Amino acid sequence: MEKITTHTGIGVPLRQSNIDTDQIIPAVYLKRITRSGFEDALFAGWRKEGSFILNREPYSRGSVLVAGPDFGTGSSREHAVWALKDYGFRAVLSSRFADIFRGNSGKQGLVAAQVAQDDIELIWKVLENEPGTMVTVDLEARSVQCGSVSAPFQIDDYTRWRLLEGLDDIGLTLRQEEHITAFEAERAAYKPTTQPVRT
Amino acid sequence: MGKTLAEKVWDAHVVRKGEVVGSEAQPDLLYIDLHLVHEVTSPQAFEGLRLAGRPLRRPDLTIATEDHNTPTLDIDKPIADLTSRTQIETLRANCREFGVRLHSLGDVEQGIVHVVGPQLGLTQPGLTVVCGDSHTSTHGAFGALAMGIGTSEVEHVMATQTLSLKPFRTMGITVEGTLKPGVTSKDIILAVIAKIGTGGGQGYVLEYRGSAIRALSMEARMTICNMSIEAGARAGMVAPDETTFAYLEGRPHAPQGADWDAAVADWRELRTDDDAVFDAEVFLDANELEPFVTWGTNPGQGVSLSQSVPSPDDFADENDKAACNRALEYMALDAGTPMKDIRVDTVFLGSCTNSRIEDLRIAADIIRGREKDPDIRMMVVPGSARVRLQAEAEGLDRVFKDFGAEWRFAGCSMCLGMNPDQLAPGERCASTSNRNFEGRQGKGGRTHLVSPVVAAATAVRGTLSSPSDLDPCPGGADRPAAASGPASDTPAVPAA
Ligand code: SF4
Repeated sequence: MEKITTHTGIGVPLRQSNIDTDQIIPAVYLKRITRSGFEDALFAGWRKEGSFILNREPYSRGSVLVAGPDFGTGSSREHAVWALKDYGFRAVLSSRFADIFRGNSGKQGLVAAQVAQDDIELIWKVLENEPGTMVTVDLEARSVQCGSVSAPFQIDDYTRWRLLEGLDDIGLTLRQEEHITAFEAERAAYKPTTQPVRT
Repeated sequence: MGKTLAEKVWDAHVVRKGEVVGSEAQPDLLYIDLHLVHEVTSPQAFEGLRLAGRPLRRPDLTIATEDHNTPTLDIDKPIADLTSRTQIETLRANCREFGVRLHSLGDVEQGIVHVVGPQLGLTQPGLTVVCGDSHTSTHGAFGALAMGIGTSEVEHVMATQTLSLKPFRTMGITVEGTLKPGVTSKDIILAVIAKIGTGGGQGYVLEYRGSAIRALSMEARMTICNMSIEAGARAGMVAPDETTFAYLEGRPHAPQGADWDAAVADWRELRTDDDAVFDAEVFLDANELEPFVTWGTNPGQGVSLSQSVPSPDDFADENDKAACNRALEYMALDAGTPMKDIRVDTVFLGSCTNSRIEDLRIAADIIRGREKDPDIRMMVVPGSARVRLQAEAEGLDRVFKDFGAEWRFAGCSMCLGMNPDQLAPGERCASTSNRNFEGRQGKGGRTHLVSPVVAAATAVRGTLSSPSDLDPCPGGADRPAAASGPASDTPAVPAA
């Protein structure tokens, strides 16, 4: 997982509350056997409408999603985060995230920054009046910057640390590699192995 | 204070203890002895490794087989369904790339992952076993701590051979007494689930104990542990004993020589100490058990075969009432109908719950020399290619074919209908599998979970039946089917 300290990219104002994971990625896309290449699946239902924000320049090149409250509710599918990341998003701003979505984001390197709804409204205005305005998400300082708007955001210490260090679950465990190796050295010799093949 | 079996196995695998933050214990990092892999839950895990540039840490503790998607007919032809074919081809490519041992369709060791592990002797007492499949609990029959995991955990195990796991609670399920003829371990577990409910085991590791459990063969114990997950449990276990050791001895991956002696000495310690305390306990009288069948759409909605379809009024709880109503509607059943009056269209003998050699034997014993109800379709799907071969060596395939049943190749098959083996909408099935959820065996299909002996008797009469309903009572039914005797499955099977 890549380390993130700050990220700057085009902001996408998505004036909707309660965006559930079924909207983020419809269930039909879960049949795939990959965990990359989900960019086409992101908001697939909405993208069929020409007026949807991601069908409009320059928002289509956005990497910071600014959404209404209760983002990521519904089914726990990790695919929702994969789809956002594959499309190019590095951060989502919302005044409230569903717990599971927030957890999945932290594990997979997407910044879920909790910003007060008043500030979200201000950022929306900037992004709508001046399409293409950059949003900077500063994880070190826990603040977002968009035009003249500057606002703090909340993220828990542990998730922030993981994002700053670029540690996914596996990376975290691999920090204990020594202990794993030591444990392996002590395992009983009679324990089975699958190789060599015996018949 | 002493420890329970589950706690002993857990403690022996802690790589790092989780710290206690506030009042909450953080997960322990646990070492995994055996990782079983199949085509459905592994592709994204393999891709995750590839994207991160990580190796698979212990290919020698990993084994893969093709089961969920594989066809049970024409296995020498390309798989017709594209999604299925892609999943299987992806597994093959991944196993090649990461050096994982794979048993492919057509291979003598291919089969349902939970049949293959024990059969090869890879599943042993005291191990931690995981697989991206909820019925991994099957392996607990050997006194292993065996758990189903999700795809991101599969990747975690591939990369680190460990898992971060929250501590569990323990539940002792004591079954004392002797099973009546025609009553099997499937009936024990269906009765347990009906008693504690599909959520009753949540957060627990169940340990099955008592004289009735000790009397069971390994196959019968696997059936019980397999369905622990249907009670919501993390895992199910049985303490290893002489039956376990006899089953394992001589299997390809069982310890040999001095290793065997050392292993057995350790395995004998794997039992719940007399002064250990379970977090919860349940008691069941084996003497009173009868063949058990489900009437509804979850495995907890079951009754004795001699009873009738319940009415929503039989339930005090509003949710249960509503669930009963919904289930009756989906199942197209009227409250008060005797279970034995229910006509079925299809009988499915198979799945990781009941597709081992012993299951096939007891079913064959019942139908031998009898005629199938002409309107019944019966499918027999052995759990593995080896089980199929062994059954053929014993002439069981002839018994099934003469009876008019279809004799298929090994795989999950109609347990979940990912391959062409599916129920048609409205079709009613007596199935030896483990889940009767809506649409599980095919869209609109109606499933009654039953034991292999009930499946066989049902195929004869056309309505849900027990062997004692057959006239005259067949020889096979007056011995406690699947309930006694040492390991009967010998690994020495002629190779294909
Ligand atoms: S037989 Fe059924 S329950 Fe068992 S592994 Fe296959 S699909 Fe799962």
